[in-house]
Amino acid sequence: MAVNPMELRDTVLRITGVNPRKCMKCGKCSGTCPAYDQMEYHPHQFVAMVEKGDIERLMASPSVFMCLSCFACVERCPRGVEPAKLIEGIRLAMIRQKDANHMTMNDVPALLDSEMPQQAITSALRKYAK
Amino acid sequence: MVYSYFPGCTLKTKAKDLDAYARRSAEALGVTLEELPEWQCCGAVYPIAQDEIATRLSSVRALNSAKELGHPLLTLCSACHHVIKRVNEDMRANEDIRGKANRYLELAEPYAGETRVVHYLEMLRDGVGFAELKKKVVNPLKGRKIAAYYGCLLLRPNDVMQFDNPENPTILEDFIRAIGAEPVVSALRNECCGAYVALEDKSVPEKLAGRILDSMRDLGADSVITACPLCRYNLYTNRREGHPPVYYFTELLAEALGVKEAN
Repeated sequence: MAVNPMELRDTVLRITGVNPRKCMKCGKCSGTCPAYDQMEYHPHQFVAMVEKGDIERLMASPSVFMCLSCFACVERCPRGVEPAKLIEGIRLAMIRQKDANHMTMNDVPALLDSEMPQQAITSALRKYAK
Repeated sequence: MVYSYFPGCTLKTKAKDLDAYARRSAEALGVTLEELPEWQCCGAVYPIAQDEIATRLSSVRALNSAKELGHPLLTLCSACHHVIKRVNEDMRANEDIRGKANRYLELAEPYAGETRVVHYLEMLRDGVGFAELKKKVVNPLKGRKIAAYYGCLLLRPNDVMQFDNPENPTILEDFIRAIGAEPVVSALRNECCGAYVALEDKSVPEKLAGRILDSMRDLGADSVITACPLCRYNLYTNRREGHPPVYYFTELLAEALGVKEAN
Protein backbone atom coordinates (compact mmCIF):
# COMPACT_ATOMS: atom_id res chain seq x y z
CA MET A 1 0.00 0.00 0.00
CA ALA A 2 1.33 3.40 -0.95
CA VAL A 3 -0.21 5.24 1.96
CA ASN A 4 2.14 6.67 4.55
CA PRO A 5 1.57 4.79 7.83
CA MET A 6 1.73 8.00 9.85
CA GLU A 7 -0.98 9.54 7.67
CA LEU A 8 -3.09 6.45 8.27
CA ARG A 9 -2.48 6.75 11.99
CA ASP A 10 -3.50 10.40 11.98
CA THR A 11 -6.70 9.56 10.08
CA VAL A 12 -7.59 6.84 12.58
CA LEU A 13 -6.93 9.16 15.51
CA ARG A 14 -8.90 11.99 13.92
CA ILE A 15 -12.03 9.97 13.13
CA THR A 16 -12.04 8.21 16.50
CA GLY A 17 -10.93 11.06 18.75
CA VAL A 18 -8.72 8.62 20.71
CA ASN A 19 -5.44 9.64 22.33
CA PRO A 20 -3.38 6.42 22.71
CA ARG A 21 -0.78 8.28 24.78
CA LYS A 22 -3.19 8.29 27.72
CA CYS A 23 -2.72 4.50 27.97
CA MET A 24 -0.84 3.34 31.08
CA LYS A 25 -0.52 -0.26 29.81
CA CYS A 26 -2.54 -1.87 32.58
CA GLY A 27 -4.10 -4.40 30.21
CA LYS A 28 -7.58 -4.14 31.67
CA CYS A 29 -9.10 -3.70 28.18
CA SER A 30 -7.75 -7.04 27.02
CA GLY A 31 -8.48 -8.65 30.37
CA THR A 32 -12.17 -7.78 30.06
CA CYS A 33 -12.53 -8.38 26.31
CA PRO A 34 -15.01 -11.21 25.57
CA ALA A 35 -13.43 -11.73 22.13
CA TYR A 36 -9.88 -12.00 23.49
CA ASP A 37 -9.42 -15.66 22.53
CA GLN A 38 -10.45 -14.99 18.93
CA MET A 39 -8.03 -12.11 18.44
CA GLU A 40 -4.54 -12.18 17.00
CA TYR A 41 -3.97 -8.63 18.27
CA HIS A 42 -5.76 -7.71 21.50
CA PRO A 43 -7.25 -4.37 22.52
CA HIS A 44 -4.14 -3.18 24.39
CA GLN A 45 -2.02 -4.09 21.36
CA PHE A 46 -4.27 -2.03 19.09
CA VAL A 47 -3.58 0.97 21.33
CA ALA A 48 0.20 0.44 21.37
CA MET A 49 0.46 -0.37 17.65
CA VAL A 50 -1.65 2.59 16.55
CA GLU A 51 0.53 4.88 18.62
CA LYS A 52 3.60 3.58 16.77
CA GLY A 53 1.88 3.89 13.39
CA ASP A 54 1.87 0.13 12.91
CA ILE A 55 -1.51 0.33 11.18
CA GLU A 56 -1.21 -1.92 8.16
CA ARG A 57 -0.57 -5.06 10.20
CA LEU A 58 -3.73 -4.33 12.17
CA MET A 59 -5.72 -3.65 9.01
CA ALA A 60 -4.62 -7.01 7.59
CA SER A 61 -5.59 -8.92 10.73
CA PRO A 62 -8.93 -10.75 11.14
CA SER A 63 -8.94 -9.32 14.68
CA VAL A 64 -10.69 -6.19 13.35
CA PHE A 65 -13.77 -8.31 12.60
CA MET A 66 -13.83 -9.95 16.03
CA CYS A 67 -14.53 -6.84 18.10
CA LEU A 68 -18.10 -7.16 19.38
CA SER A 69 -18.62 -3.44 20.05
CA CYS A 70 -19.74 -4.46 23.53
CA PHE A 71 -17.98 -1.39 24.95
CA ALA A 72 -16.59 -3.33 27.93
CA CYS A 73 -13.09 -1.92 27.26
CA VAL A 74 -14.54 1.56 26.76
CA GLU A 75 -16.41 1.47 30.06
CA ARG A 76 -13.67 -0.21 32.10
CA CYS A 77 -10.54 1.61 30.89
CA PRO A 78 -9.27 3.52 33.94
CA ARG A 79 -7.69 6.14 31.67
CA GLY A 80 -10.56 6.71 29.27
CA VAL A 81 -8.54 5.54 26.24
CA GLU A 82 -11.52 3.65 24.78
CA PRO A 83 -9.75 0.97 22.69
CA ALA A 84 -12.94 -0.17 20.88
CA LYS A 85 -13.02 3.18 19.11
CA LEU A 86 -9.54 2.54 17.72
CA ILE A 87 -10.51 -0.93 16.55
CA GLU A 88 -13.48 0.64 14.74
CA GLY A 89 -11.15 3.23 13.19
CA ILE A 90 -8.80 0.53 11.87
CA ARG A 91 -11.71 -1.51 10.54
CA LEU A 92 -13.06 1.55 8.75
CA ALA A 93 -9.62 2.33 7.31
CA MET A 94 -9.69 -1.20 5.94
CA ILE A 95 -13.24 -1.43 4.54
CA ARG A 96 -13.28 2.11 3.20
CA GLN A 97 -10.72 1.03 0.60
CA LYS A 98 -11.97 0.16 -2.87
CA ASP A 99 -13.51 -3.33 -3.07
CA ALA A 100 -12.45 -4.14 0.48
CA ASN A 101 -15.85 -5.04 1.94
CA HIS A 102 -15.51 -7.97 4.29
CA MET A 103 -19.14 -9.04 3.81
CA THR A 104 -21.55 -8.22 0.99
CA MET A 105 -25.31 -8.55 0.51
CA ASN A 106 -24.64 -11.66 -1.57
CA ASP A 107 -23.02 -13.38 1.39
CA VAL A 108 -26.08 -12.90 3.60
CA PRO A 109 -28.52 -15.59 2.35
CA ALA A 110 -26.06 -18.39 3.18
CA LEU A 111 -25.69 -17.04 6.72
CA LEU A 112 -29.40 -16.88 7.56
CA ASP A 113 -31.50 -19.21 9.62
CA SER A 114 -35.18 -18.99 10.41
CA GLU A 115 -34.69 -17.28 13.77
CA MET A 116 -32.01 -14.74 12.92
CA PRO A 117 -33.19 -11.20 13.70
CA GLN A 118 -32.91 -8.42 11.11
CA GLN A 119 -30.90 -6.51 13.69
CA ALA A 120 -28.09 -9.09 13.38
CA ILE A 121 -27.93 -8.83 9.59
CA THR A 122 -28.01 -5.03 9.54
CA SER A 123 -25.41 -4.84 12.30
CA ALA A 124 -23.02 -7.19 10.50
CA LEU A 125 -23.38 -5.37 7.19
CA ARG A 126 -22.85 -2.03 8.88
CA LYS A 127 -19.73 -3.34 10.60
CA TYR A 128 -18.26 -5.34 7.73
CA ALA A 129 -19.11 -3.32 4.62
CA LYS A 130 -19.18 0.21 3.28
CA MET B 1 -48.49 9.39 29.69
CA VAL B 2 -48.01 9.65 25.95
CA TYR B 3 -44.85 8.53 24.18
CA SER B 4 -43.81 8.46 20.54
CA TYR B 5 -42.89 4.81 20.04
CA PHE B 6 -40.02 3.60 17.86
CA PRO B 7 -40.45 -0.18 17.37
CA GLY B 8 -37.50 -0.74 15.00
CA CYS B 9 -37.10 -3.26 12.19
CA THR B 10 -36.77 -6.46 14.19
CA LEU B 11 -39.93 -5.82 16.21
CA LYS B 12 -41.91 -5.81 12.96
CA THR B 13 -40.50 -9.17 11.86
CA LYS B 14 -38.65 -11.73 14.00
CA ALA B 15 -39.45 -10.10 17.35
CA LYS B 16 -43.17 -9.42 16.91
CA ASP B 17 -43.81 -10.85 20.37
CA LEU B 18 -41.54 -8.33 22.04
CA ASP B 19 -43.61 -5.58 20.42
CA ALA B 20 -47.11 -7.06 20.88
CA TYR B 21 -46.65 -7.82 24.59
CA ALA B 22 -45.19 -4.36 25.14
CA ARG B 23 -48.16 -2.64 23.51
CA ARG B 24 -50.74 -4.69 25.42
CA SER B 25 -48.93 -4.16 28.71
CA ALA B 26 -48.61 -0.42 28.14
CA GLU B 27 -52.34 -0.22 27.53
CA ALA B 28 -53.03 -2.11 30.75
CA LEU B 29 -50.78 0.35 32.58
CA GLY B 30 -52.49 3.41 31.14
CA VAL B 31 -49.49 4.37 29.01
CA THR B 32 -50.15 5.52 25.46
CA LEU B 33 -47.65 4.46 22.82
CA GLU B 34 -48.13 6.28 19.53
CA GLU B 35 -46.02 4.65 16.84
CA LEU B 36 -43.83 7.22 15.18
CA PRO B 37 -45.06 7.77 11.61
CA GLU B 38 -42.67 6.77 8.82
CA TRP B 39 -39.83 5.70 11.10
CA GLN B 40 -36.75 4.18 9.50
CA CYS B 41 -34.28 1.58 10.78
CA CYS B 42 -31.99 3.15 13.40
CA GLY B 43 -28.96 1.62 11.70
CA ALA B 44 -28.59 -1.22 14.24
CA VAL B 45 -25.08 -0.24 15.34
CA TYR B 46 -23.93 3.13 16.63
CA PRO B 47 -21.50 4.76 14.17
CA ILE B 48 -18.49 5.16 16.45
CA ALA B 49 -16.37 7.21 14.03
CA GLN B 50 -17.03 10.92 14.27
CA ASP B 51 -16.90 11.41 10.50
CA GLU B 52 -19.86 9.06 9.92
CA ILE B 53 -22.78 11.39 9.19
CA ALA B 54 -25.10 9.52 6.79
CA THR B 55 -25.34 6.53 9.14
CA ARG B 56 -26.65 8.85 11.88
CA LEU B 57 -29.41 10.47 9.84
CA SER B 58 -32.20 7.94 10.28
CA SER B 59 -31.92 8.28 14.05
CA VAL B 60 -31.95 12.07 13.76
CA ARG B 61 -35.13 11.86 11.67
CA ALA B 62 -36.81 9.77 14.37
CA LEU B 63 -35.63 12.11 17.10
CA ASN B 64 -36.78 15.20 15.23
CA SER B 65 -40.13 13.67 14.40
CA ALA B 66 -40.73 12.99 18.13
CA LYS B 67 -39.65 16.56 18.90
CA GLU B 68 -42.22 17.93 16.43
CA LEU B 69 -44.93 15.75 17.98
CA GLY B 70 -43.93 16.97 21.43
CA HIS B 71 -43.47 13.57 23.07
CA PRO B 72 -40.53 11.68 24.54
CA LEU B 73 -39.28 8.93 22.20
CA LEU B 74 -39.81 5.46 23.62
CA THR B 75 -37.64 2.56 22.47
CA LEU B 76 -37.78 -1.13 23.30
CA CYS B 77 -35.03 -2.96 21.38
CA SER B 78 -31.70 -2.46 23.17
CA ALA B 79 -29.87 -1.71 19.93
CA CYS B 80 -32.39 0.93 18.81
CA HIS B 81 -32.20 2.51 22.25
CA HIS B 82 -28.40 2.54 22.21
CA VAL B 83 -28.09 4.00 18.71
CA ILE B 84 -30.81 6.63 19.05
CA LYS B 85 -29.74 7.76 22.50
CA ARG B 86 -26.09 8.11 21.48
CA VAL B 87 -26.92 9.92 18.24
CA ASN B 88 -29.12 12.25 20.29
CA GLU B 89 -26.14 13.04 22.51
CA ASP B 90 -24.01 13.70 19.39
CA MET B 91 -26.64 16.12 18.13
CA ARG B 92 -26.67 17.88 21.48
CA ALA B 93 -22.96 17.99 22.22
CA ASN B 94 -20.99 17.58 18.97
CA GLU B 95 -21.09 20.77 16.96
CA ASP B 96 -19.51 19.23 13.85
CA ILE B 97 -21.99 16.35 13.67
CA ARG B 98 -24.95 18.61 14.52
CA GLY B 99 -23.97 21.11 11.83
CA LYS B 100 -23.45 18.55 9.09
CA ALA B 101 -26.60 16.56 9.89
CA ASN B 102 -28.76 19.68 9.99
CA ARG B 103 -27.30 21.08 6.77
CA TYR B 104 -28.10 17.80 5.06
CA LEU B 105 -31.61 17.31 6.47
CA GLU B 106 -32.80 20.94 6.07
CA LEU B 107 -35.43 20.53 8.78
CA ALA B 108 -38.01 23.23 9.49
CA GLU B 109 -36.05 23.98 12.65
CA PRO B 110 -32.53 22.62 13.31
CA TYR B 111 -32.39 19.62 15.63
CA ALA B 112 -30.07 19.89 18.61
CA GLY B 113 -30.82 16.90 20.83
CA GLU B 114 -34.03 18.23 22.38
CA THR B 115 -35.94 14.91 22.45
CA ARG B 116 -35.86 12.78 25.58
CA VAL B 117 -35.11 9.14 24.71
CA VAL B 118 -36.71 6.67 27.11
CA HIS B 119 -36.37 2.90 27.13
CA TYR B 120 -39.51 0.89 27.96
CA LEU B 121 -37.87 -0.31 31.18
CA GLU B 122 -37.10 3.27 32.16
CA MET B 123 -40.74 4.13 31.47
CA LEU B 124 -41.77 1.32 33.85
CA ARG B 125 -39.30 2.47 36.52
CA ASP B 126 -39.55 6.26 36.25
CA GLY B 127 -42.93 6.84 34.58
CA VAL B 128 -45.23 4.15 35.98
CA GLY B 129 -43.04 3.22 38.96
CA PHE B 130 -42.35 -0.36 40.05
CA ALA B 131 -44.53 0.05 43.16
CA GLU B 132 -47.45 1.06 40.95
CA LEU B 133 -46.69 -1.74 38.50
CA LYS B 134 -46.78 -4.23 41.37
CA LYS B 135 -50.30 -3.03 42.29
CA LYS B 136 -51.51 -3.67 38.75
CA VAL B 137 -50.18 -7.23 38.61
CA VAL B 138 -53.12 -9.65 38.54
CA ASN B 139 -51.12 -12.81 38.02
CA PRO B 140 -47.93 -12.58 40.11
CA LEU B 141 -45.27 -15.01 38.91
CA LYS B 142 -44.89 -16.55 42.37
CA GLY B 143 -42.17 -19.12 42.82
CA ARG B 144 -40.48 -18.30 39.54
CA LYS B 145 -36.72 -17.75 39.62
CA ILE B 146 -35.80 -15.42 36.81
CA ALA B 147 -32.36 -14.32 35.70
CA ALA B 148 -32.05 -10.90 34.09
CA TYR B 149 -29.73 -10.64 31.12
CA TYR B 150 -28.87 -7.00 30.40
CA GLY B 151 -26.28 -7.41 27.68
CA CYS B 152 -24.16 -4.42 26.70
CA LEU B 153 -26.13 -1.85 24.80
CA LEU B 154 -28.48 -0.57 27.49
CA LEU B 155 -25.66 0.01 29.95
CA ARG B 156 -22.54 1.11 28.11
CA PRO B 157 -21.08 3.64 27.77
CA ASN B 158 -22.63 4.84 30.99
CA ASP B 159 -21.69 8.49 30.54
CA VAL B 160 -24.22 8.66 27.68
CA MET B 161 -26.64 5.81 28.40
CA GLN B 162 -27.30 6.76 32.06
CA PHE B 163 -29.52 3.69 32.28
CA ASP B 164 -28.42 2.12 35.53
CA ASN B 165 -25.19 1.27 37.36
CA PRO B 166 -23.23 -0.23 34.43
CA GLU B 167 -21.48 -2.87 36.54
CA ASN B 168 -24.19 -3.65 39.05
CA PRO B 169 -27.53 -2.84 37.43
CA THR B 170 -30.78 -3.51 39.29
CA ILE B 171 -33.60 -2.26 37.05
CA LEU B 172 -34.44 -5.72 35.65
CA GLU B 173 -34.19 -7.34 39.10
CA ASP B 174 -36.57 -4.67 40.44
CA PHE B 175 -38.85 -5.42 37.51
CA ILE B 176 -38.74 -9.15 38.29
CA ARG B 177 -39.72 -8.43 41.91
CA ALA B 178 -42.53 -6.16 40.78
CA ILE B 179 -44.09 -8.96 38.73
CA GLY B 180 -43.94 -11.26 41.76
CA ALA B 181 -40.94 -13.44 40.92
CA GLU B 182 -37.54 -13.88 42.51
CA PRO B 183 -34.50 -12.46 40.70
CA VAL B 184 -31.43 -14.61 40.09
CA VAL B 185 -28.32 -12.45 39.82
CA SER B 186 -25.54 -13.69 37.57
CA ALA B 187 -22.21 -11.88 37.40
CA LEU B 188 -22.32 -12.40 33.62
CA ARG B 189 -25.60 -10.54 33.15
CA ASN B 190 -23.83 -7.54 31.60
CA GLU B 191 -21.26 -9.44 29.54
CA CYS B 192 -21.60 -9.71 25.76
CA CYS B 193 -23.63 -12.51 24.12
CA GLY B 194 -21.56 -12.51 20.91
CA ALA B 195 -23.62 -9.88 19.05
CA TYR B 196 -23.32 -9.63 15.24
CA VAL B 197 -20.15 -11.74 15.25
CA ALA B 198 -22.71 -14.59 15.00
CA LEU B 199 -22.54 -13.94 11.24
CA GLU B 200 -18.74 -14.00 11.17
CA ASP B 201 -17.90 -16.85 13.53
CA LYS B 202 -20.63 -18.87 15.23
CA SER B 203 -18.20 -20.24 17.79
CA VAL B 204 -18.08 -16.81 19.46
CA PRO B 205 -21.75 -16.57 20.54
CA GLU B 206 -21.70 -20.30 21.21
CA LYS B 207 -18.96 -19.80 23.77
CA LEU B 208 -20.14 -16.49 25.24
CA ALA B 209 -23.86 -17.27 25.39
CA GLY B 210 -23.08 -20.77 26.66
CA ARG B 211 -21.05 -19.35 29.52
CA ILE B 212 -23.80 -16.89 30.45
CA LEU B 213 -26.48 -19.59 30.39
CA ASP B 214 -24.28 -22.01 32.37
CA SER B 215 -23.99 -19.40 35.10
CA MET B 216 -27.74 -18.73 35.18
CA ARG B 217 -28.55 -22.45 35.21
CA ASP B 218 -26.09 -23.09 38.04
CA LEU B 219 -27.74 -20.34 40.08
CA GLY B 220 -31.09 -22.11 39.71
CA ALA B 221 -32.81 -19.79 37.22
CA ASP B 222 -35.92 -21.31 35.61
CA SER B 223 -35.97 -18.62 32.92
CA VAL B 224 -33.97 -15.74 31.51
CA ILE B 225 -35.30 -12.38 30.35
CA THR B 226 -33.82 -9.84 27.97
CA ALA B 227 -34.87 -6.72 26.04
CA CYS B 228 -32.70 -7.35 23.00
CA PRO B 229 -33.66 -9.50 19.98
CA LEU B 230 -30.03 -10.21 19.11
CA CYS B 231 -29.18 -11.22 22.70
CA ARG B 232 -32.24 -13.43 22.71
CA TYR B 233 -31.21 -15.02 19.42
CA ASN B 234 -27.66 -15.72 20.59
CA LEU B 235 -28.80 -17.09 23.94
CA TYR B 236 -31.72 -19.06 22.52
CA THR B 237 -29.84 -20.68 19.64
CA ASN B 238 -26.91 -21.66 21.86
CA ARG B 239 -28.94 -23.27 24.63
CA ARG B 240 -27.78 -26.66 25.73
CA GLU B 241 -29.51 -29.27 27.85
CA GLY B 242 -30.42 -27.92 31.25
CA HIS B 243 -30.22 -24.28 30.17
CA PRO B 244 -33.23 -22.14 31.09
CA PRO B 245 -35.51 -20.82 28.32
CA VAL B 246 -35.05 -17.19 27.22
CA TYR B 247 -37.97 -14.74 27.02
CA TYR B 248 -38.48 -11.11 26.22
CA PHE B 249 -39.21 -9.25 29.45
CA THR B 250 -42.43 -7.94 27.91
CA GLU B 251 -43.81 -11.47 27.63
CA LEU B 252 -43.56 -11.99 31.40
CA LEU B 253 -44.89 -8.48 31.98
CA ALA B 254 -47.96 -9.23 29.87
CA GLU B 255 -48.40 -12.55 31.68
CA ALA B 256 -48.28 -10.82 35.08
CA LEU B 257 -50.71 -8.12 33.96
CA GLY B 258 -53.09 -10.77 32.60
CA VAL B 259 -52.93 -9.48 29.03
CA LYS B 260 -50.76 -12.16 27.46
CA GLU B 261 -53.57 -13.44 25.27
CA ALA B 262 -54.85 -10.99 22.68
CA ASN B 263 -58.43 -9.79 23.23
